[in-house]
Amino acid sequence: MKILVPVKRVVDYNVKIRVRPGGSGIDLANVKMSMNPFDEIAVEEAVRIKEKGGASEIIAVSIGPAKAQETIRTALAIGADRGIHIETPDGALVEPLAVAKLLKSVVDAEKPDLVILGKQAIDDDCNQTGQMLAGLLGWPQGTFASKVVLDEGSVHVTREVDGGLETLKLKMPAVVTTDLRLNEPRYPSLPNIMKAKKKPLETKKPDDFGVDITPRLKVQNITEPATRKAGVRVDSVAELVEKLKTEAGVL
Amino acid sequence: MMTVLLLAEHTNDALNPATGKALSAARKLGGDIHVLVAGHNCRTAAEAAAQLSGVAKVLVADAPQLAHGLAEETAALIVPLMASYDTLVAPATASGKNVCPRVAAALDVMQISDITNVVSADTFERPIYAGNAIQIVQSPEAKRVVTVRTSAFPSAAEDGSASIEETTPPPAVGLSSFEKAELTTSDRPELASARIVVSGGRGLQSSENFKKFLEPVADRLGAALGASRAAVDAGFVPNDMQVGQTGKVVAPELYLAVGISGAIQHLAGMKDSKVIVAINKDGEAPIFQVADYGLVADLFQALPELEAELKKAGH
Ligand SMILES: Cc1cc2nc3c(=O)[nH]c(=O)nc-3n(C[C@H](O)[C@H](O)[C@H](O)COP(=O)(O)OP(=O)(O)OC[C@H]3O[C@@H](n4cnc5c(N)ncnc54)[C@H](O)[C@@H]3O)c2cc1C
Ligand SMILES: Cc1cc2nc3c(=O)[nH]c(=O)nc-3n(C[C@H](O)[C@H](O)[C@H](O)COP(=O)(O)OP(=O)(O)OC[C@H]3O[C@@H](n4cnc5c(N)ncnc54)[C@H](O)[C@@H]3O)c2cc1C
Repeated sequence: MKILVPVKRVVDYNVKIRVRPGGSGIDLANVKMSMNPFDEIAVEEAVRIKEKGGASEIIAVSIGPAKAQETIRTALAIGADRGIHIETPDGALVEPLAVAKLLKSVVDAEKPDLVILGKQAIDDDCNQTGQMLAGLLGWPQGTFASKVVLDEGSVHVTREVDGGLETLKLKMPAVVTTDLRLNEPRYPSLPNIMKAKKKPLETKKPDDFGVDITPRLKVQNITEPATRKAGVRVDSVAELVEKLKTEAGVL
Repeated sequence: MMTVLLLAEHTNDALNPATGKALSAARKLGGDIHVLVAGHNCRTAAEAAAQLSGVAKVLVADAPQLAHGLAEETAALIVPLMASYDTLVAPATASGKNVCPRVAAALDVMQISDITNVVSADTFERPIYAGNAIQIVQSPEAKRVVTVRTSAFPSAAEDGSASIEETTPPPAVGLSSFEKAELTTSDRPELASARIVVSGGRGLQSSENFKKFLEPVADRLGAALGASRAAVDAGFVPNDMQVGQTGKVVAPELYLAVGISGAIQHLAGMKDSKVIVAINKDGEAPIFQVADYGLVADLFQALPELEAELKKAGH
């Protein structure tokens, strides 16, 4: 069985981003970039399935500029077997629909039984790609997964939903998107990082798949949200309750 | 004239308040609004939807395969219906987020996720980068799929009396099936729509301490309970209590953060609250930068005192 894991390079979750003045976008110059944390969880899950004998090959795929190859190397160091990089021009905006179409082309060519991807990218916070891919493929989807159990020709996915947890049974092939509690990703060891450098990585272009990546949405501007000012410090619980009652009027 | 299909969030026998909030966003688009109640034995939910003010019609699709909101079945129902609508609107709840992108892909349009304001019928405001930037985005496409951050919109009034019409769902897709749910039961208000939220973090140290120290305060205030990711990951509380960028986004009148440091991912889920109170023993914790009232104190002392003070004040 083959597993495909799409991985995205995003601004590291520890970075507090800055909005460029004039509404033109986010200042991404010299900002630390990392693999989207949900995608680390996706790679880890695929590797665990393979280690338990549930899969024979893991393919990591990323869509993005040349540097996206670093993200694929990280996936290879965690334990993916080979990579596919679909290179897009530096600074090009690739929307989830285009990403899903490109991933569909890769699925058509590679015929994996399972695609595991992040539930959301922490930069654009769209939370769409996996569901769109499943829709385009006509495959079932198990989103926001906190547990994945393989069965004969099917997969049981426990999902984090608003009221708690829910478990679904999906016919394979299927798409699974990861939530935070699915696993704790390992740190790649130095020998594995070295080994990852020698694993095969193929480079493609969106044109190779005949997919038009022109954005559908027009971003008119990007601004900074109104910032909240720090308020006052209170010295005691009694003062706090008093202020909430008389000053804030919320009690 | 523009027509909007609003996907109702419900449990078959009750309508979720998220529906009324998404309706408030849909009404800003202008045009006729039809609410789709897809479920099984969901007449009660449909009747509640018909009472929401500003709804022209309620469509009910009742079938066994729709009982649990499976994305494959719900999308298969919605996609052909969209021939008669310009825009699909749904609350950005776990189920809205699950179903809508699947519909958008089938319609070959981009979805606009998690909007916080409607600028015009085709232009929306949405937060990106954990709310550290606000994007104004326009969709020139023929059809639109929009999910709504419910904390950014008021509830709709309930003085309507829309007609209820049955719609026949397509045959079951059958790719997925529901096995079981482990839902958290609680008598407290729902986290996403509560007027007061009391949240605990890693500082609480254990599930027992949540019960012993935090819950009595929440009880006095009639508040919903929330938590940081660290508290959920450590198993102190269930996953549905997580507030933040990747959990629930809340904007109550009062948000009380106890033993929470204030990481950007947590702030993303609560910084639009009207009044924020932080209790933390570390005076340098970033949560104090957004708190209206900050108390530097040990929570194990402060919480029992707070409970007593609230009791004294008649809560
Ligand atoms: C101001 C701004 C600038 C941007 N600049 C760029 C840029 O320079 N380059 C760029 O690529 N994007 C850029 N983006 C993001 C881009 O527009 C899309 O948002 C993004 O490609 C897909 O949306 P998402 O990641 O939010 O999707 P989500 O649906 O939230 O992603 C879910 C999952 O899908 C998978 N996935 C998503 N995208 C990819 C990918 N590219 N490759 C592999 N797997 C993926 C991952 O597993 C991810 O966890 C920018 C966005 C903004 C707002
Ligand atoms: C991809 C990703 C997504 C994430 N999504 C979310 C999300 O949605 N929501 C979220 O909350 N986090 C999220 N996080 C995690 C976030 O980065 C922080 O790790 C988390 O919010 C920390 O939780 P905390 O404040 O409870 O713990 P800590 O940061 O450990 O803070 C504990 C605080 O308790 C205080 N404290 C300890 N003991 C006491 C005491 N006795 N009395 C008073 N104060 C005390 C300490 O001073 C400290 O400030 C995400 C992270 C990633 C990478």
